[in-house]
Amino acid sequence: MSGYRMEGAGRPDRSQPVRFSFDGESYQGYAGDTLASALLAQGVTLFGRSFKYHRPRGVLGAGVEEPNALVSVIRGPGRFTPNVRATSVEIYEGLEAVSQNRWPSLKTDVGSITDRLGMFFPAGFYNKTFMWPRSFWEKVYEPAIRRVAGLGDAPTEIDPDRYAATYAHCDLLIVGAGPAGIDAALEATGTRKRVILIDEQNELGGGALSDPALNPWLEASVRDLRAAPNVQILTRCTAFGFYHDNFVGAVERLTEHRADIGDGPREKLWRIRAGEVVLAQGAIERPLVFEGNDTPGVMLASAARAWLLRYGVAVGRKVVLMASHDSGWRDVFAMAKAGMSVAAIVDVRGTVDQALLDSAAQLGITVHLGSSVIGVSGRHAVSGIEVAANDGGNRRKIACDALLMAGGWTPTIHLWSHSKGTIAWRDDLGAYVPDKPNENVRCVGACAGKWDFGSGVVVPALPTPRDPTRIKAFVDFQNDVTAKDIGLAVREGFRSIEHVKRYTTNGMATDQGKTSNLNGLQLASTALGRAVTEVGLTTFRPPYTPQTFGALAGRAKDALFQPTRKTAIDGWAEENGAVYEPVAQWRRARYFPRGSEDMHAAVNRECLAVREGVGIFDASTLGKIEVVGPDAAEFLNRMYTNPWKQLQPGRCRYGLLLKEDGFITDDGVAGRITDDRFHVTTTTGGAARVLNMMEDYLQTEWPDLDVWLTSTTEQWSVIALQGPRARDVIAPLVDDIDLSAEAFPHMAVRLGHICGVPTRLFRVSFTGELGFEINVPAQYGRAIWERVFEAGRPHGITPYGTETMHVLRAEKGYIIVGQDTDGTVTPMDAGIDWAIGKKKPDFVGKRSLSRPDIVAPGRKHLVGLLTEDPDVVLDEGAQIVADPSQAVPMTMLGHVTSSYWSASLGRSIAMALVAGGHERMGETLHIPMPGTTHRAVVTGTIFFDPEGSRLNG
Amino acid sequence: MLLIHCPYCDEKRPEIEFAYGGEAHIARPHDPSTLNDEEWEGHLFIRSNPRGRHHERWRHIHGCGRFFNAVRDTVTDKFETTYKAGEPRR
Repeated sequence: MSGYRMEGAGRPDRSQPVRFSFDGESYQGYAGDTLASALLAQGVTLFGRSFKYHRPRGVLGAGVEEPNALVSVIRGPGRFTPNVRATSVEIYEGLEAVSQNRWPSLKTDVGSITDRLGMFFPAGFYNKTFMWPRSFWEKVYEPAIRRVAGLGDAPTEIDPDRYAATYAHCDLLIVGAGPAGIDAALEATGTRKRVILIDEQNELGGGALSDPALNPWLEASVRDLRAAPNVQILTRCTAFGFYHDNFVGAVERLTEHRADIGDGPREKLWRIRAGEVVLAQGAIERPLVFEGNDTPGVMLASAARAWLLRYGVAVGRKVVLMASHDSGWRDVFAMAKAGMSVAAIVDVRGTVDQALLDSAAQLGITVHLGSSVIGVSGRHAVSGIEVAANDGGNRRKIACDALLMAGGWTPTIHLWSHSKGTIAWRDDLGAYVPDKPNENVRCVGACAGKWDFGSGVVVPALPTPRDPTRIKAFVDFQNDVTAKDIGLAVREGFRSIEHVKRYTTNGMATDQGKTSNLNGLQLASTALGRAVTEVGLTTFRPPYTPQTFGALAGRAKDALFQPTRKTAIDGWAEENGAVYEPVAQWRRARYFPRGSEDMHAAVNRECLAVREGVGIFDASTLGKIEVVGPDAAEFLNRMYTNPWKQLQPGRCRYGLLLKEDGFITDDGVAGRITDDRFHVTTTTGGAARVLNMMEDYLQTEWPDLDVWLTSTTEQWSVIALQGPRARDVIAPLVDDIDLSAEAFPHMAVRLGHICGVPTRLFRVSFTGELGFEINVPAQYGRAIWERVFEAGRPHGITPYGTETMHVLRAEKGYIIVGQDTDGTVTPMDAGIDWAIGKKKPDFVGKRSLSRPDIVAPGRKHLVGLLTEDPDVVLDEGAQIVADPSQAVPMTMLGHVTSSYWSASLGRSIAMALVAGGHERMGETLHIPMPGTTHRAVVTGTIFFDPEGSRLNG
Repeated sequence: MLLIHCPYCDEKRPEIEFAYGGEAHIARPHDPSTLNDEEWEGHLFIRSNPRGRHHERWRHIHGCGRFFNAVRDTVTDKFETTYKAGEPRR
């Protein structure tokens, strides 16, 4: 218990007490406090347990750089947020926070045994130890490690919050509202520029908030900015990523700080496109590396200053500074002047500016130059330190309850680096600073390495008389990486800093190495005996600080995750009990159960109804492209494998589309409406892809062709009427088209009217039965469907869905591109090379059909499979082997692509891609499935009505 | 997110309006049947994949729908220029 509230200091409003809880215990702070400041003021030092060793940890920083004090915030069902930094959590009445990574309690943690066994847990420990035996990894090691390691728990319930998103455009975007950012914004107030100023904190000011002398300037500046009509200010808003062309992503937290979250969105994602970006993100102080530097109560000097001067909290009753940089001296001077007791200043440097020594003398602070802290006593809080001269002599102990570290400053160049700006090493700062921009962006203030903190020296690790291989001096607090881990990585042969990072996990925690990257780099550089600039720096990647998935997903979740496309007839299907399945982005009726029917029963009934009477099916999702122009036939002739030029108006043809590599990419029926107009259909999922491919060839290869392409998928409703009674159903509804078999044969198209509505009536079949596809303008789709359905009642018309459609087409061996083909199947492989116009000199993919691999023997062919046991329906995707008794790994011949129960045939049917399949007719193959291996005979793919006589009924 | 200048619309628009179309200036041979297997393989599969200036095709798919060519630096991701299909290589 060392911290306390300093009367008269800080910005939290003492007239507004706020009650909150931490680990179930009730505390009081004030409006304006963070969780960390309020707890520090109550003397709390222990905030969490570390990642790997479960060491007790306190607060290191005072902002988003905090690696140690991670907590979970609980706000009721579904509102559980792990791994938030206590230094950034604003308290509100009733806030409930809990510590993490400890069991059974924060003070008594069983997992900390790993700390005592630390010698057995070096860098790369998991990789080295748990590799053997292999089977143990999944069942024993990983679950055990996961219980002990890791940070906070993942939420288990669905997030009930909403998240908003917006776009913004401005001439000038300023990230960071410390003095440098505010100055940049003030400069623009008199201009016509649209300015957005964003800051992650609750109020503007940044570092100035920890410097009461700047208060008057800050208040006046904020007033001027708020009054400026061209400046938009966003607080509690984190710019997390800088993307191409001055595009910055930011998340504004709208409710996290409020006791009553209301019913508005929790966070808002800002996508900001800026003419110019000014980065004023400031700099983060670096810790020093020495034994015990992770003891609760050891923190950054700048953080202690912020706790005191911004939040009115003294972090200790007797503090000591360990410095390698002047800035720490100034911080403790400010603290001493505000009433804190500073016991000593230890500085690794042998000499410092005389003015600093004079000030220390005036304030009565003992100074130890050329010395370092070599040990810290106390487990849950600092109780004292041991100091030695840099040569190891003159060891002495100093009693204190907080130790402040001043290791120099690291400019926050994260967003600069996201924008691919180059960086330059500054020896005097011991840090990288922005160099050449890659976008219209500049850095100002401490972010650019410009500060008045004084100077310092860079020490990878403080000198110690102890054996450095036997001490734990932390570099990355959040991932528990010590100086000796980095030395070990180098000794084990890692040379690239990117490899050292991954092997040791330095900088890979949720803080992304904000306090550890440069110390790790210095240590690696020293161990490698190479200059820092030769070792390089690891890559900065978004997000700058962790962001919620909710903010990034926005409204795109659940039903709004992607559009659900519905046909004009969808409502009828819904009213008639359809069970749906998603197909591409469409929802399609899969089957229409009657009473208590399951899918199997419903599909059997629907299949028989089509074969014996008539079925009605919504085929509106078929892709449709209107190909128009004097060269329309020539264009299709070049695109599709089939010949088109001789096709007469009023006739249809099955079209097969290859990619230039010779593999099937789509198929469909096209009808020639007039000489210069084709109605082309594509697969449901392929519509956009095929149109894009056609546009590509038309625009870039054959711009001389006079052709226009228009997507008409959603313009036409398509009602498929299939079965021997189909003609009888529509005959009374159509009076201007001769429906007789002679006048209107299979694969023909007629223009006319149905129920007075203009129609393109196709006589086509994907079932093998007499069939029509009634195309009507979409706005008439449902009305015509209902009229046709009524007219069909006397004929027992049965609505059917995609499942029945699949069975019926499989009975006929009609392929589904993407199911029976997979992007490596040629027309010959699929047995549909009859669709290739043999006399055509060229079409897309033709040349590839004679490539050596395409004509080589042993390719997989599409064949039929009939199981020996007719009741067995094979699993789609099941593998096929010739000899099931062969040793594993077996030689796979192929897999089952389509498999159904055929009610018409009273047995199962299947199609499969099988190596050399066309030469295996009659051969028995084996299909291993869970529990048993099935035998099946290779056949052709047409199982039903092989002569096709029913089509012409 | 990139801003891309469509040479047909003559506007800089966000990347999400566009679709990438692979390397540019790879014309389909007038008569592919005259190419031997190696030449056809080169046409189908072999691409320059440079570090630096890259000629590539884009389509303003959620805009005017036109294919056009661009020169983009594959290191900096900067567009040097965009120009209409059929215009000479820049």
